[in-house]
Amino acid sequence: MSRVVRRFTRRVPRWRPRVTPVRLDQATPLQRDALKITPSNTRVSDYVLTLAHDPESLRVRSPLFNAIMYDRGGLSRAEREIGALAASMVNRCLFCAAVHADRHATLEKDAHVTDELFAKGEKAELGQRERALFDFASKLSRAPAEAGGGDVQALRDAGLDDGEILDLVLSTALFGWANRLMHVLGDPIATEPQA
Amino acid sequence: MAGDRAARSSCGQGRVTLFATTVLAQAGVLENSATGTVASGRADTLTQVQAAEDAVLRPVDTGRWSHEMRAALASRIANLNAEPALANRFRAGAGAMASLADPAVVGDTNDLVTVLAFMDKVAMAVRDVVADDIASLQAAGIGDADIVRLCELNAFLAFQIRVCVGLRLMRDTSA
Repeated sequence: MSRVVRRFTRRVPRWRPRVTPVRLDQATPLQRDALKITPSNTRVSDYVLTLAHDPESLRVRSPLFNAIMYDRGGLSRAEREIGALAASMVNRCLFCAAVHADRHATLEKDAHVTDELFAKGEKAELGQRERALFDFASKLSRAPAEAGGGDVQALRDAGLDDGEILDLVLSTALFGWANRLMHVLGDPIATEPQA
Repeated sequence: MAGDRAARSSCGQGRVTLFATTVLAQAGVLENSATGTVASGRADTLTQVQAAEDAVLRPVDTGRWSHEMRAALASRIANLNAEPALANRFRAGAGAMASLADPAVVGDTNDLVTVLAFMDKVAMAVRDVVADDIASLQAAGIGDADIVRLCELNAFLAFQIRVCVGLRLMRDTSA
């Protein structure tokens, strides 16, 4: 039996598409190019095969995703994950929330922040810097007009410079994008047996 | 410099400099400003954002959604997010579909009603989207590839609008 995950967890679920993914053996040359299929790289997830229905978007999105989450300098990788996680919690994308909470905990070698967020949501007890990051990212995710100058000032007061703030904007916004694919086009399925 | 190359990389049908990209132009970020200097430090990323706009709004393979329809839907999403200037920018490319940019328009055929309701929900209440929303599109005769195209368009707009707003807040509060 497959069980759709209903609560936030760091245990990364399986993703089950709601539409039929592209079949790799029937992919067009453009789709294969977007999928980066090479003789040594022929394993592709259902999620990416689903997005291959729109290969022009997929081809530009993957390098942009990597640039925003992994480019050097600016906001730390772990703090970019807070932007990703805040968006995913607002949008209730349980799959993305699991992946990026797990990544944050791994990068920080500490699960306290994500434990707090999953247990208490916006009432989580966080340090000043994490609180400013999470609040700004949550507001920008819920409705862009909710975020205001005071939220940016709170980031500056917490010690972020403008390069770091731009990276937070980008990583948060990126998950406004990713959540609208992952959460809309599929379901998160528990990977452990049902209790 | 890599940043300079990226700033002059090809965007859309013409060559667009970094500060003429949609996000920086809409945010009102000028090259010789504090926020402009910060944006230049991420020039590669921000020019890739423009390439993504081209891919979702003006793809070679449009599927069921013409460039005009995509522009109208993008304008509608910008309106829903209270971004009228961005909405007008997209509406200029919407041609005969421009009326759909108005969120009060619900559509005059069953499939259009379903598509517009879906797009509005994904834009403004994505947390509430469920499997039945996809099933409704399928029942309206929308193929899976065209469903993915709708989602990519909607998802990109969510991203682009938030980057515009974030940059504008940075500009407005910069010392």
